[in-house]
Amino acid sequence: MDNLDQLVQQAEAAFSAAADSAQLEQAKARFLGKSGSLTELLKGLGKLPAEEKREAGAAINRVKLAIETALEARREALREAALMAQLASEALDVTLPGRGATIGGLHPVSRSLERVEALFRSIGFVVADGPEIETDWHNFTALNTPENHPARSMHDTFYLEGRDDVLLRTHTSPVQIRAMLEHVERHKHLEVMPDIRVIAPGRVYRVDSDATHSPMFHQVEGLWVGEHVSFVDLKGVIADFLRKFFETEDLQVRFRPSFFPFTEPSAEIDVAFMSGALEGRWLEIAGCGMVHPNVLRFGGIDPERYTGFAFGMGPDRLTMLRYGVNDLRLFFEGDLRFLSQFR
Amino acid sequence: MQFSEQWLRTFVNPSLDSAALGHLMTMAGLEVEEADPVAPAFTGIVVAQIVEAEKHPNADKLRVCKVDAGTGELLQIVCGAPNAAAGLKVPCAKVGAVLPGDFAIKAAKLRGVESFGMLCSARELGLSEDHAGLHVLPEDAPVGSDIRDYLGLDDTLFTIKLTPNRADCLSLSGVAREVAALTDSMLTLPAVQPVLPGIDDRRSIVLDAPAACPRYCGRILRGVDAKAPTPEWMKQRLQRSGIRAISALVDITNYVMLELGQPLHAFDNARLDGAIHVRMPRAGEQLKLLNEQIVTPAVDTLLIADDARALAMAGVMGGEESGITLDTTDVFLESAFFAPAAIAGRARAHGFVSDASHRFERGVDFELARPAIERATRLILDICGGVAGPVEEAVAVEALPQRPAVRLRPARARRVLGIDLNNAEIESLLRRVHLAPVQSGDDFLVTPPSFRFDIEIEEDLIEELVRLYGYDNIPARVPQGGLMMLERSESSRTVWDVRHLLAARGFQEVVNFAFVEDAWERDFCANDDPIRLANPIASQMSVMRSSLIPGLVANLATNRKRQQARVRVFEIGRCFERKADGEPVAGFHQPMRIAALVSGTALQEQWGERARPVDFYDLKGDLEALFAPRELCFERVSDPALHPGRAAAVMLDGRHIGVVGELHPVWVQRYELGTAPIVFEIELGDALQAEMPVFATVSKMPAVARDLALVLGQEVPVARVLEVLEAAASGIVSAIELFDVYHGKGIDPDKKSLAFRVLMQDTQRTLEDSEVDAAMNALIRHAELTLGARLRGSGE
Repeated sequence: MDNLDQLVQQAEAAFSAAADSAQLEQAKARFLGKSGSLTELLKGLGKLPAEEKREAGAAINRVKLAIETALEARREALREAALMAQLASEALDVTLPGRGATIGGLHPVSRSLERVEALFRSIGFVVADGPEIETDWHNFTALNTPENHPARSMHDTFYLEGRDDVLLRTHTSPVQIRAMLEHVERHKHLEVMPDIRVIAPGRVYRVDSDATHSPMFHQVEGLWVGEHVSFVDLKGVIADFLRKFFETEDLQVRFRPSFFPFTEPSAEIDVAFMSGALEGRWLEIAGCGMVHPNVLRFGGIDPERYTGFAFGMGPDRLTMLRYGVNDLRLFFEGDLRFLSQFR
Repeated sequence: MQFSEQWLRTFVNPSLDSAALGHLMTMAGLEVEEADPVAPAFTGIVVAQIVEAEKHPNADKLRVCKVDAGTGELLQIVCGAPNAAAGLKVPCAKVGAVLPGDFAIKAAKLRGVESFGMLCSARELGLSEDHAGLHVLPEDAPVGSDIRDYLGLDDTLFTIKLTPNRADCLSLSGVAREVAALTDSMLTLPAVQPVLPGIDDRRSIVLDAPAACPRYCGRILRGVDAKAPTPEWMKQRLQRSGIRAISALVDITNYVMLELGQPLHAFDNARLDGAIHVRMPRAGEQLKLLNEQIVTPAVDTLLIADDARALAMAGVMGGEESGITLDTTDVFLESAFFAPAAIAGRARAHGFVSDASHRFERGVDFELARPAIERATRLILDICGGVAGPVEEAVAVEALPQRPAVRLRPARARRVLGIDLNNAEIESLLRRVHLAPVQSGDDFLVTPPSFRFDIEIEEDLIEELVRLYGYDNIPARVPQGGLMMLERSESSRTVWDVRHLLAARGFQEVVNFAFVEDAWERDFCANDDPIRLANPIASQMSVMRSSLIPGLVANLATNRKRQQARVRVFEIGRCFERKADGEPVAGFHQPMRIAALVSGTALQEQWGERARPVDFYDLKGDLEALFAPRELCFERVSDPALHPGRAAAVMLDGRHIGVVGELHPVWVQRYELGTAPIVFEIELGDALQAEMPVFATVSKMPAVARDLALVLGQEVPVARVLEVLEAAASGIVSAIELFDVYHGKGIDPDKKSLAFRVLMQDTQRTLEDSEVDAAMNALIRHAELTLGARLRGSGE
């Protein structure tokens, strides 16, 4: 039986020596082929006596099984090696840049306005809109700023040739009037008018141009009118907004008395950061106040029954503070090297 | 308004330091914009007299001085100033003194001569930039006294920004009154005593326009020395208020204006003729003002005149011809009340403002005219000598401002402010600002004083209350509200969705000015009659844009100059057109539009992709993506901005909503753009609509795809071919898609080959070959008959 064990060893050695599947198949033929060693042994069985035949047959079958197992193992090893070789040859330089289209971005002030809208929307404010060529009545008169009112000198107004009843709006406040009139009309059949909660972002115009003033800039107007709206709510909403907008509790907010014809009492809102480049400096950020009764009346609302607050913020300024931009004019020059920083 | 803290403290002196005082004013609505020390920090500098000034033995430009600094012995000080001379009084830094910039003075040897101190120039003390020589002090300056005390240098210049409603604070007395109220401290205003007339000369006053001028006081002063020097204390206070000292008479009128808030005017009495008339101008009447401007006052501009002519623009500025000079000996002093409405805007109409007009148009205390003229008279007599006539006062009582009592309902105040302020607190707060409240039932009746022009309604009082209560003391409350959800329609999207979609496709948003050059309107919009600004800030910003495209073209030009070759930009903004029945402002149509521009390569230059210039179809693809799944249609269009062969009208549901195309080569050349950019401009409203998805059964049966290549005339638009094919499509055809356009070998030069994939499917059963063949044949036959098309490869 020794030669049987040797046969297994010889087959294993031959299979291992086969470098590819062709050599392996040749080696297989030597042992398991038509004239292979094992086949020869099986042929020899016939010459043995019957009682030896069974025993020898079983031994040969064991050897055959061992050789077939060795063959299969070698086949698997070769397949594995071939796959490895293929994968290695297919390797990419994964550090090459990806292909295809690149992305653009929103204007930095748009980024701020989107956040402003989202924050106010989360407490039930909707967005209102108004024209940029506005009537003198909506821009001034209905906002309690009659002709020759000293407050008119606070705005250097752009007028249009040939029409003295219209102008380029100097603030987004006229949207207050439009929003009130529209709201009142829509709810006139109701016993109690639902609260007005609107913000009105947009472009406004003043005759002014230097590093901190642009003849066109952005404002966001806010208005909340209802039966129970007071000065403490105004402070609450603004303080909450500023902390959420700048994403910091590290912010002081200060209200100080001011004057606007369309609100009374009026306040200027200052913020001071408690860390960073602007630490400790009070920065003017918005004007606000309780809506003047005359303005409510112009909006078709009874000031005895309803009160409200309004505010006007400069999103350009908010954007400058948030990103550390130091020149307002950059927003309006269309320089891609600047704008593409805000992707 | 700018003023000196020291001067203010002569009226009210709360125990607050400068910073706290500034904060107090800011938080009360008198915003302190600047608070600058008059002089930087320094110590040990005294008034000294140069007793002897000898030439330095070893240096031509130095002098060795013996100086009396009040120390009991003469100090030897070496000095290089050219004006150092015996007898002069100058600031002297003694040994041990510290000059601005922490510069300590020590005993030293200069070129071999010992020096025990330093004599100072104005610049060395940080008082001014003057460094020509020693800062010479008046002869009566007391030797040995600290220079900070002598010159009043421990002082702060406050600049406050007053809102237009607080005219009562446009004077030191006004600010003092406010500070006293805020701090509950004592107020000491200058005592004004009537000056008894020494002569009986008078000039009668006629109020021709009593509504505009209901009170006018005038007085003649004779024998006045106009050349008398203005006292140092007055000069200093004027200077620290930002007003240049000119001559005693002018300085005194300015001083009283600053002190009390009453603008005054001094006429040269010798140049007046007859009575004073306060009247409106006569037709064509002209006046030469003190600033040399010759004006023709508008019909509603109040004048001061005499019997012969106009003298001054009332409450605004005096006239050149009637003004005082250094030779004036007789003065006619004016102190009047002009109604704010009669002054407002008048100076601005002539392109200037004056201290007087600034005050009168906001409101000057109408009871102040007489005390102010008495105060000014006293100062003139004290400083310039002379003798005063009686005050002539004309009053139209009925035209003086009315001060009706204003009702304050405490409950209303509590409701508007949201705080629990009790009646006693309300009363006490109002009393502090001289708004004497009188109880009337549950309410208070408040009669405002004559110096307050901003208390007319209840809200004005509520504002006073909260101002005095302190805005800082008002709590911030998280607002309460009914939690009703906001609407969010699925058949519309927000402008943010649109912005993000374009950004995701590689576009950068820009914001351009709405006013543009009129050449842009002419070139790109063929608009010869743009909406013009009456007062543009520059000619290249003089008309309102009717299109966003020119701005984007300018962005391209700017960025090309900055080596940005690939530009993909968009803007969402308003355009302006004339439209008689425009809404909401008649005469104007103001649509929000969205426009985009592309230039350069289709893709950012990258490895593995051949660089290809962006073209019409790239931008058209972006536009289609913006509207997908809604389908746009495109039709040839003529547009002044665009290449006539490469421009399309954009149609949605049969409506024209904008244009897309390549910029016209003429503008490419004129605006130096190199290659033609592709642009689109559409109405924003249309881009904000969306469609609710509609469900249709997905077929489980296999689909059959057949290709169809048609050769037809170059001029036939694809849209027309699709239209024809779709009309001929049988019920089993579910889609016909173009997948190739071919010109070139094998196709006549005036022809093109279009390849379509036809998808056929039935939701219920598998299609038979014969049905598919029949459907294809129908398409082919129809294309042949209608378009003269021929199946590609079907023989020639």
